[in-house]
Amino acid sequence: MKLDSKIPQGSISDKWTSYKSSVPLVNPANKRNLNIIVVGTGLAGASAAATLAEMGYQVSAFCFQDSPRRAHSIAAQGGINAAKNYQNDGDSVYRLFYDTIKGGDYRSREGNVHRLAEVSTNIIDQCVAQGVPFAREYGGTLSNRSFGGTQVQRTFYAAGQTGQQLLLGAYSALERQVGIGNVKMFARHEMIEVVTIEGKARGIIARNLETGQLERHFAHAVLLCTGGYGNVFYLSTNAMGSNVTAAWKAHRAGAVFGNPCFTQIHPTCIPVSGHYQSKLTLMSESLRNDGRIWVPKKQGDDRHPNDIPEEERDYYLERRYPAFGNLVPRDIASRAAKERCDAGHGVGPSKMAVYLDFKYNMMNKYGKEEASKKGIKNPSDQILLELGRDVIKGKYGNLFDMYKQITDENPYEVPMRIYPAVHYTMGGLWVDYELMTTVPGLYALGEANFSEHGANRLGASALMQGLADGYFVIPYTIGNYLSKEIHTKPISTDHEEFVKAENKAQARINHFLTINGKRSVESYHRELGLIMWNKCGMARNEKGLKEAISEIQALREDFYKNVKVPGSADEFNPELDKAGRVADFLELGELMCLDALHRNESCGGHFREEFQTEEGEALRDDEQYKCVFAWELKGENNWELHREELNYENIKIQQRSYK
Amino acid sequence: MGNSMKINLQVWRQKNAKTEGRFETYQVNASPDMSFLEMFDVLNEELIEDGKEPVAFDHDCREGICGMCSMVINGRPHGPKQAVTTCQLHMRSFNDGDTVVVEPWRANAFPVVKDLSVNRSAFDRIISSGGFVSVNTGNAVDANSILISKEVADTAFESAMCIGCGACVSACKNASAMLFVGAKVTQLSALPQGQPERESRVVAMVNQMDAEGFGACTNTGACAAECPKEIPLSVIATLNREYYKAKLNGK
Repeated sequence: MKLDSKIPQGSISDKWTSYKSSVPLVNPANKRNLNIIVVGTGLAGASAAATLAEMGYQVSAFCFQDSPRRAHSIAAQGGINAAKNYQNDGDSVYRLFYDTIKGGDYRSREGNVHRLAEVSTNIIDQCVAQGVPFAREYGGTLSNRSFGGTQVQRTFYAAGQTGQQLLLGAYSALERQVGIGNVKMFARHEMIEVVTIEGKARGIIARNLETGQLERHFAHAVLLCTGGYGNVFYLSTNAMGSNVTAAWKAHRAGAVFGNPCFTQIHPTCIPVSGHYQSKLTLMSESLRNDGRIWVPKKQGDDRHPNDIPEEERDYYLERRYPAFGNLVPRDIASRAAKERCDAGHGVGPSKMAVYLDFKYNMMNKYGKEEASKKGIKNPSDQILLELGRDVIKGKYGNLFDMYKQITDENPYEVPMRIYPAVHYTMGGLWVDYELMTTVPGLYALGEANFSEHGANRLGASALMQGLADGYFVIPYTIGNYLSKEIHTKPISTDHEEFVKAENKAQARINHFLTINGKRSVESYHRELGLIMWNKCGMARNEKGLKEAISEIQALREDFYKNVKVPGSADEFNPELDKAGRVADFLELGELMCLDALHRNESCGGHFREEFQTEEGEALRDDEQYKCVFAWELKGENNWELHREELNYENIKIQQRSYK
Repeated sequence: MGNSMKINLQVWRQKNAKTEGRFETYQVNASPDMSFLEMFDVLNEELIEDGKEPVAFDHDCREGICGMCSMVINGRPHGPKQAVTTCQLHMRSFNDGDTVVVEPWRANAFPVVKDLSVNRSAFDRIISSGGFVSVNTGNAVDANSILISKEVADTAFESAMCIGCGACVSACKNASAMLFVGAKVTQLSALPQGQPERESRVVAMVNQMDAEGFGACTNTGACAAECPKEIPLSVIATLNREYYKAKLNGK
C-alpha cells in the first residue's frame, strides 16, 4: 500500500484556495440522488451532516446517545481558537499555523494545519450567526482569552461551556435539516460494521440499541465522526460511552490507523479518589490563565496549603519555563506534574496531585482592578480577595462549582488539587488531505482522524478542528469523490456484502452472550486501563511496552473465555453494548503499545524514557521519525507498518522550547 | 474516604414501555466520595456477579453537561441537592442507613425504554420544529460586525445553558415542557440573529410541544426549582409573551 496524502501543489497559503477552485463539483440535481451516512453527531458529525444536507445531499446520521445533542463535544470547556486577531496582539493565520505545528512537536502536516488556520475565522462567524452566545466585552465585541502554547489571545469562549454552546449550534442546524427532511436521524444506534463493496465503502450495519435489532444502511459515502479512544485507559475525561468501535471496524475493513500511541494527557484534572472511580473530570486549561501551579518545596509537606508560606512554594512551571510559565502546552505541564509527584512533592491524600492556586490573581490582578474601578483607596487584602473572587466567579463559576461538588472543598478558599488524566487522542484513522481513509468513500473527521495535531494538541484546537472538518472541509473535498459516483444507483441492502456483514455482527453478539463466564465487562475494562496507564501512559519504555503487549493478549484471551454478558440481544442491553466496545479496546490497546514501541524517540505526548534531554525534555529523532506511523491490519495481531514522511517547507523545525 | 455507608435502594424495574413496572429493593455499600451513579455501577457489578440483570439507566459524560442522566431520587428529579445533575450528586449527600427511592422521569411524552431509562426524542422534535436560526454554512458575516451588548449576550447564555435533560418535565405535575421551550425561545429572541424568525419560531415550537403531549403550565415553578442548570422561571413568561405577540401578529 502506498500512502498518498494528496497535499495540493503550490505555496502554503495558496494550496486550499486553489484546491477549492479546481475541485470537481456535484450539481444540485445530482446531490439529491446521493446518500451520505454520518456516524457520530459531535462537532464534526453534526456540522458535517447539517452542511451536507443544506447542500442537498441525502444524509443519514447516527449516534449511540439518546439524542444527537449529547455527543461528548458537549463537555468541552475552555474555548475555540481562531486567527481573528481581534485583540490586535499580532495574531495571524501564519501564527496559528506555526503554533499548531510547533505545539504538535513537528509531527503533523503543514498543508492540513495551514488550511485549519485559514478556516478558523469562518467558524466563529458561522457560530455567531447561529446564535451561539460567546462571551462578550461591555462594548459588544467578542471576548478572548489565552490557552497553552501560544502568546496571543485567540481563544473564543462561552464561560466554561464552550463545547456545549458550539455543539448546540451545530445540533440546531442538524435538527433544522431533520425537520426539512434532508437528514434522517437515528439516535440510540451504534455502527458495528462498515460495508464495503468492490473496495468502496457502501454503507454500515447499525444496531438499534433500544430494540437490539441489526439494520443495514446504504450510502454512496460514509463519514466517521466518532471521536477519540481515550477510554481505552478506562479512566479518562471522556464520556462513559465514548469508544473506538466505529473507527476500529473501519480499521478491520482496511483503513489504516495513524499514530495510535499519540495520546494527550491533560494536566489539570481532578485526582482519582477511590477504586470505584468511573471517570475523571477535567478542570479547563483556561484556568491556567489565572491559576498558578505549585507544590511544596519540602518533600512530603503535610501542612494545609494556606499555611505554606510563599517562599516555601515551588511554582515549578514558572521556574522551568519562564517564557510561557503556567501556559506551557499540555504534554509539558503534565510531565512536569508527574516529575514533581514522583520526586515526593505531591499533595493531597494520594500524594499524586499538585496545587492550582487562584489567590494571587484574585487579589493582585482582579482585586486591584476592581478596587481601582470602584475608587477604593488602599484596600485591605480581604477586600481585594472579595472583589477578585467575583471576577473569578464570572469567568469560571461553573468549573469552581463542579470542583466543589466532586471534592467537597471550596476552591475559592483552598487551592484546587489537580493531576494529569487521559483526555484526547491525536492518533486515529489515517486520512489524506480530503479526509478520506485508505478505503475509498470512507472518511474520518474530527478527533476520529489522526491529522492536524501531531504528537500533542494545543488547547482549544479540538473544537476548531471538529468544526473546520465538518463545516468547511468535507463539503468541498467530498465532491471530488461523489462527482464520480453520480451514476451509481443505490445498492440494495440485500446485496451479499450487506448480508455477510450483518451475519458477522450477529455472530459476534451471539458469541458474547454465550460465553457466560464469571467476570463483568467492566472488570476487564478496568484491568486493561491499568495496563495502558502504567505502561503506555505519560512515560513509556521498551520493557514496559513489551510486557503490556503480552498482558493485553492474555487479558483478551481471558475475556473471550470468562466474560459474563447478562440479558439478551433483542432488548435494550447496555452491558452488551459495552462488551462490544471493550472487546475492540482490547485489540486497540495492543496496537497502541506496538506503535509506542516502534517509535524510538520522544515527541509531544509520546515520552519514551530512553529518549530525553539532560533536562528531562522530549528528545525527538527527526532523522528516523519525522513521519506518520500508519498501521495496516494484515490478520489477527498482525500489522504492517507504513510511513508517511512529513515535509516542512515553511517552518524550520527545531528543538521545541517554551523556556 | 474509606468509611463505608449502607444504602437501602428501592429501584423501579420495568422491562419496556409495554410491560408494568415495580419497585425492587437492594442494599449497597457505598462510600461518601462516590457519585450516585458510581453507586449504581457497584450495584450492577454485584447483580451481574449474582447472575441477575443489572439496572438500566442513562448516563454519559458524568460531568453534568450532556443531560443524559435522569433519575428521580426520593421524589425529586436529580435528587436532593440544588443545581446538580444525578451524575454530580455524591453519596455524602446521604446518611448511612438511608432508604433511597429511585424512579425514571414520569411523563406521557417520555415513554420508559427500560428501568430508569426513558425516551426523550420529543425534545429533539421540538427543536427541529423551530429551535434554530436558518443560516446555511457559508452565509455568515464577520462575527464582530454585529455588536451585542454583554447584557444581552449574558441573558442568551443563561438560557442556552439548558442541557435538555427533562428534569423540568419530570418535576411538573402537568408534565409541561414550558421551561425547556422557554429557554430556547428566550435565547434566540434575545439575540439579533434570532429576529427574522422570532414569531414563526415560537408558534412552531409551541405547536410541536402540544403535539408531543406535554401538559400546560400552571405556574407552580417546580420546573425551575429542580432545573440542574437553574434556568429561571422568567423564561416561561418570555415564552408566553413571545407567543401572544406572534399570535396577535397573525402567525
